[in-house]
Amino acid sequence: MRINLNGSPVETTSRSLSDLVAEQGLNPLSLIVEYNYEVVKQASWGEIHIKDNDTIELLNFVGGG
Amino acid sequence: MAEDVLILGNKRFSSRLFTGTGKFASKTLIAPMLAASGSQMITVALRRVDPTADQGNILAHIPETVTLLPNTSGARTADEAVRIARIARAAGCGDFIKIEVITDMQYLMPDNHETLKACRILAKEGFVVLPYVMPDITVTQQLYDAGAAAVMPLGSPIGSNRGLEMRAMIQRIIEVSKLPVVVDAGIGRPSQAAEAMEMGADAVLVNTAIATSEDPCLAGKAFSLAVMAGRMAFLASLAGTRKGATASSPLTGFLRE
Repeated sequence: MRINLNGSPVETTSRSLSDLVAEQGLNPLSLIVEYNYEVVKQASWGEIHIKDNDTIELLNFVGGG
Repeated sequence: MAEDVLILGNKRFSSRLFTGTGKFASKTLIAPMLAASGSQMITVALRRVDPTADQGNILAHIPETVTLLPNTSGARTADEAVRIARIARAAGCGDFIKIEVITDMQYLMPDNHETLKACRILAKEGFVVLPYVMPDITVTQQLYDAGAAAVMPLGSPIGSNRGLEMRAMIQRIIEVSKLPVVVDAGIGRPSQAAEAMEMGADAVLVNTAIATSEDPCLAGKAFSLAVMAGRMAFLASLAGTRKGATASSPLTGFLRE
């Protein structure tokens, strides 16, 4: 399956957003997931099934002025 | 003196020093800096995760009593700024947003036109919008009409520590603005923060100067005192300058008749 992840095309076998976060080796505590331009709360990551051509952004807050 | 608070959105700020989380040598310095300075609002930024970088949560270093001011840094258009603002709010950061739209990568000057467009959209969506702008009287009025909560003219380029290079324009904006004026960017010394407050600015936002000092707690405290001193001087309506001297002691002779 091919998705657009953080602006780049990526092949993934992840079925859900939870799988994808684990596959990417990211700390879920500070992570913000935007799925097709909608923010999905962590409690719902397991319920979102990834499809071909989905656009997913994995974000976090960082220092900034 | 009656309590002197700045009201933005539905929040009251007794500290007129806003701070930022950028450029600290360690995130662990942020909470002590906030405690030392008394700052009640601090900026954060939103980025794509870097799997190779420290993924520690910056929000964990900010006490809940301090208002988060996410910025839209990285946005080059109004639409991008709007998207970042919506993500920040959906992620639980509250309603405050600093709009920052920049395409000039040399001096990081804000794009007032795109900033105004983003402000119109976000204010309608209930955000408390603090737009970072090039000092401009017409834009200030347009931001007021657009529903901004304040206007944040720059003092000098971001991170430059050059102080109030825009002094004359900021002075005029303070004079005519119906919005609170928060001088943002370029304030490098407490004396410059005090100067902005003496001029009648409602608050200042200081990040680089505090974060990159050798002792951010001490620097935060110094800025805090300067902001208070400048504010008090403004409220006291200091007298103007004169060409010559006016005696502050009686000029009659003491030992001589």
